[in-house]
Amino acid sequence: MELLVASAVGVLTAGGVYLILRLRAFPVILGLALLSYAVNVFLFSTGRLMVNAPPVLNNYGDASYTDPLPQALVLTAIVISFGMTAVLVMFALGAYLEADDDSINMRDEIDDDAARADAEEGGA
Amino acid sequence: MSHWIIAPVVLPAILAPIIAFVMRHDISLARAASFAGTIALAAICVGLVVAAADGQTVSYELGNWPAPFGIVLVLDRLSAVMLLLTAILALLVLLHAVATGWDARGRHFHALFQFQLMGICGAFLTGDAFNLFVFFEVLLIASYGLMIHGGGKVRLQAGLQYVVMNLAGSTLFLFALGTLYAATGTLNIADLAEKVQALPVEDAALVRAAAMMLMIVFAIKAALFPVQFWLPATYANAPAPVAALFAIMTKVGAYAIIRVHTVVFGPDVPVLSGVIGDWLMPAALVTLAVGAVGVLGARRLMSLLAFSVVGSMGTMMVAVAAFTAETTAAALYYLVHSTFSAAALFLLADLVVSRRHGDGLRAQQPTVQNGLFAALFFAGAIGMAGMPPLSGFLGKLVILDAMQDTPHMKVAFVAILLGSLLTIVGFARAGSVLFWKSTGLVPEPVDPEADAVADDRPQPAGAMAVAPTVLAVAMLGLLAVFAGPVSAYLGDAAGQLYDSSGYVSAVMGSGEGG
Repeated sequence: MELLVASAVGVLTAGGVYLILRLRAFPVILGLALLSYAVNVFLFSTGRLMVNAPPVLNNYGDASYTDPLPQALVLTAIVISFGMTAVLVMFALGAYLEADDDSINMRDEIDDDAARADAEEGGA
Repeated sequence: MSHWIIAPVVLPAILAPIIAFVMRHDISLARAASFAGTIALAAICVGLVVAAADGQTVSYELGNWPAPFGIVLVLDRLSAVMLLLTAILALLVLLHAVATGWDARGRHFHALFQFQLMGICGAFLTGDAFNLFVFFEVLLIASYGLMIHGGGKVRLQAGLQYVVMNLAGSTLFLFALGTLYAATGTLNIADLAEKVQALPVEDAALVRAAAMMLMIVFAIKAALFPVQFWLPATYANAPAPVAALFAIMTKVGAYAIIRVHTVVFGPDVPVLSGVIGDWLMPAALVTLAVGAVGVLGARRLMSLLAFSVVGSMGTMMVAVAAFTAETTAAALYYLVHSTFSAAALFLLADLVVSRRHGDGLRAQQPTVQNGLFAALFFAGAIGMAGMPPLSGFLGKLVILDAMQDTPHMKVAFVAILLGSLLTIVGFARAGSVLFWKSTGLVPEPVDPEADAVADDRPQPAGAMAVAPTVLAVAMLGLLAVFAGPVSAYLGDAAGQLYDSSGYVSAVMGSGEGG
């Protein structure tokens, strides 16, 4: 099981990093989602891997139990990464619709004055 | 136990949804509420600074859960100073945003602004590493909204880049926290300090990896080389008042490094053997160089200022990376200074750029109030570059003085002095192109249709619009005048950091005292 979990984290991370480096909006969003899955599985494993053990102590202290804290952390991390992905999708859509270009990269500064003026007009 | 400690988090947290839901159709009501909240925040922070002055570290247990199990907020001199700095900066930025009408150019400025303050204050107060992550996310998600406030093509693209960078950083933060928890079994900062200190050297690898990952995460926030690339694009394209508020955001990263890598991974922890400082110092030196060269090479006013922020972070982190109480005290004084000088310059840049055609560094017809803006730019520039009489000079002097006894003395002196020189040249060039050369240009022949476009001509800035910039410069002056008391307080704060027993006993021992 250790091998399975470890390789799952590794593959998800590798895929996520690769997709982020594509620098187009859609692959980057997928890549960040994969990375957040990787980190969720990883956080789970930080409490040591256990099967069929409840996340609570029992009164008699004889049953084995699994650490509940990483599960709480994972829950928080899932909620946050879910919300962040939603925000990111909105950003990517907004940027794509405004610029007709889904690449995540700034243009050179050469014609920046004009672009800047555009931005100001858009803001006014 | 005093409940005031949690007030800087709770106050904006309650105010922000009220502004967002109740006052969203009435900008003047939202402005009044936002002002009232920020002024109250500043008053509370003054109280906390006074309360922390006696050197007592106070911990506040949320829900009254005892320390390593529940989340604690911790107030010591350092966090009190950072809170007060945030509140004063927020007040200046808010004044500017309202006076120049920036807050009305998009929706929900004030709600996002208050959420931002909540996240920043929480990050400065928390005594729990995972809670630090949560507050980072709060302040980041608010900053995403503020960053694209007002919209526009370039700004949205820059915003997307900023979000992607920070989401990747957050993932790394979680990896670091997971590793740390796996190695020590706790995420409470005080508990971590004890556990890491007692860790056998054989188990060092995991903790060392976690410490390095945390440093990279905080370095992303603090815009250190090699993860500083997001900052110039973000700051240069954010609305100027937001960029001024972001002056504190890089400091959150710096604060996190100062807090975590002294209290938990301090220089005397056996399993780390000073590895943090060895990596941080070159990163800081290169950051300083990148900032200085960027100032020299920038072709836009906003990116020039963004690079000067990078340079000031480099200067500060050089002092932090030496990891002694004296250098940290010097770094803290410079932190306060560089926050206000960056804010002053960004606020001024907004006044200037909104009256010019774009912010390229080219000579144009002088705008209205050219003299006033030139004088303010001059004052902000000498503050940022570190020339007397403003506090930048004292800040750099204190850093150089504190660096004297460290092994990095030579390289730090060369980097800081050369960096200052390049920054001075860069600012002098920008200032003379923007404000001086323009007066020599022949005025354009008067267009017969000029009357038709007369309304387009820039309006002079009112007293309320200029006031925040003047106040920010005045803060630099005050910081220089009261350098003695301020640096004494910050010196005590740094002392408190390096004597982590006070922190640990305040958090871990308060179970009985309640």
